[in-house]
Amino acid sequence: MTELNLKLNKNTSGRYGEYGGQYIPETLMNELDRMAKAYEHYKNDPEFKTELHDLLVDYANRPSLLYYAERMTKDLGGAQIYLKREDLNHTGAHKINNVIGQALLAKHMGKTRLIAETGAGQHGVATATIAAYFGMECEIFMGKKDTDRQKLNVYRMELLGAKVHPVTSGSMVLKDAINAALQDWTKRVDDTFYLMGSATGPHPYPLMVRDFQSVISQESKQQLKEKTGKLPDMVVACVGGGSNAIGSFANYIDEPSVQLVGAEAAGKGVETDLTAATVERGSDGIFHGMKSMFLQNKTGQIIPVYSISAGLDYPGVGPEHAYLAKTGRAKYVGITDDEAVQAFEYIAKTEGIVAAIESCHAVAYVEKIAPKMRKDQIIVCTLSGRGDKDVASIAKYRGVDIDE
Amino acid sequence: MSKLTDAFKNQKAFIPFVAANDPDFDGTVNNVVALAQGGADIVELGIPFSDPIADGPVIQAADLRALKDDPDLPMDTIFDMVKAVRKQTDVPLVFLTYLNIVFRYGYEAFTARCEGLGIEGLVIPDMPLEERNELEPIAEKHHVDLIPLVTPISGDRIEKIAASATGFIYVVSSLGVTGERSEFANGLTDLVNRIRKVTDVPTAIGFGIHTTEQATEMAQIADGAIVGSACVNIVAEYGRQAPAKLTDYTKQMKAAVNANPVR
Ligand SMILES: Cc1ncc(COP(=O)(O)O)c(C=O)c1O
Repeated sequence: MTELNLKLNKNTSGRYGEYGGQYIPETLMNELDRMAKAYEHYKNDPEFKTELHDLLVDYANRPSLLYYAERMTKDLGGAQIYLKREDLNHTGAHKINNVIGQALLAKHMGKTRLIAETGAGQHGVATATIAAYFGMECEIFMGKKDTDRQKLNVYRMELLGAKVHPVTSGSMVLKDAINAALQDWTKRVDDTFYLMGSATGPHPYPLMVRDFQSVISQESKQQLKEKTGKLPDMVVACVGGGSNAIGSFANYIDEPSVQLVGAEAAGKGVETDLTAATVERGSDGIFHGMKSMFLQNKTGQIIPVYSISAGLDYPGVGPEHAYLAKTGRAKYVGITDDEAVQAFEYIAKTEGIVAAIESCHAVAYVEKIAPKMRKDQIIVCTLSGRGDKDVASIAKYRGVDIDE
Repeated sequence: MSKLTDAFKNQKAFIPFVAANDPDFDGTVNNVVALAQGGADIVELGIPFSDPIADGPVIQAADLRALKDDPDLPMDTIFDMVKAVRKQTDVPLVFLTYLNIVFRYGYEAFTARCEGLGIEGLVIPDMPLEERNELEPIAEKHHVDLIPLVTPISGDRIEKIAASATGFIYVVSSLGVTGERSEFANGLTDLVNRIRKVTDVPTAIGFGIHTTEQATEMAQIADGAIVGSACVNIVAEYGRQAPAKLTDYTKQMKAAVNANPVR
């Protein structure tokens, strides 16, 4: 694996057109500034880059495979489909790419305590994992509704040595966990690093998370070139806050021939109230430290979101996605629960891969679009995670009772 | 000169806070009027937000109560509350809210309505110095002061923030006050002194003040004291009976900020 290029992103201002920024309480401004400066320093530091490289290779199991999905390709009868297998990473998702990068930065900044928010628990588990590896203190904030729904992941985090705080304020889900983590950080910035889970929040998070996740497209571009000598015609990834998608897009943004597609969670339908399709249904706003797109009411209150996928039900999207959507560089499509569940079953049966329900939103779009494309065209679809965690809830969705 | 700055003239200012629509439209109007009657120098009216990241549990709960029956509570309804308040008192008013509420209404439209209703300032905790410029020229045009927050860990940002302040400066007392009172007060004195070197704009300390003793002590350091959660607690506890209690409490606190400290 070649060393990760952390300088792909020439724009380090924290603004993506009008989006981005640092809309955060004064208490955190100095710390964010320190973090941004530290990141700018360490991304040029050979020692930091070597450490990052070694962790990605030896701990996270990179590079991840770029797998030619021959059966899917044949069955769908159109474009050639390649799957970028982030599900094969240590901890089973793309989240590890980001936590390794941020935790390493935290360590170099002299921090000894990591805090993070988590929805379903994936980012919490990844953070707890890296905290265990570095011997750092770790506290995870998780909405009370989610700790009740995801007991296994709560236990997993505890097993890894983290303390899990059930958050009982607000609607007790992911956005409230972020609020609580930010508040905790406000009280204790000295020794604490807030490890943000997606390409969201105030600068420098969207920038750092994009850079750390860009390993996905750096690899896929090279791997596809080796296999076919070509660029893909289309890259597809699911979008919650947008970290795996921005990482999947990063190395193709300046390649105008490559279409970029983000699959959002439409829940029961983009037009319904039970949705998390931020780009399609949302509007410009300012929340969680960034100007971006959010699901909100007319007054500007953030509204509850819904998706079968706990990893995609966030009422916002990272600022760079808002920018890519606005400029038309990337396209965002809503995939319903039904379509995602069908894709979960489809990829399991055709390819023998149980992929995360989040990732299956991207797979569902591939199923729709591949047959309409020519056979010489290529789609790279990111499988952001593995689906073991979802098996029970998919069974339930299908009305199958599983004894646990 | 700004009416807010005026409120600090020749005296220490007491600035209480209540949340709009907690418990309801009339309750809000009565509460604000009651605070004015008790002698509040400025009243801070909170516009409820679904995710008040800078607020503690008490004000979070107030925001939730305010939005419980009507999550879509229109901003115009809150402006109507102010209109009703204005029929009874001309106490200087500031809104405390999060930037998204202002952004969604439109910076121009929002500050124009503030000007029309005599809302003299905005306290927006998620709008730090670096993000003021999109709103500042518009607010200035409509004579609405943007009240900046300064914290004990603002470091070398203190002077920069103070230099561009109008109205008054909100000095955030650290949350971790338990058991460290004298140390904490020393830090605040330094902080306020640094601000005073740069500007004549008055300072008011807020976050965590609830007793008359604390009010007296804080007013020795700064030019005024802001009290949020204690007032909100009165509203939560007494509901429709809150106005009389708020008037009493304000009288005591107003006297306390202008009292000589017992040594
Ligand atoms: C497997 C998987 N994919 C995707 C996501 C969505 O996050 P993002 O949009 O930041 O990639 C999550 C979030 O938990 C996840 O666990």
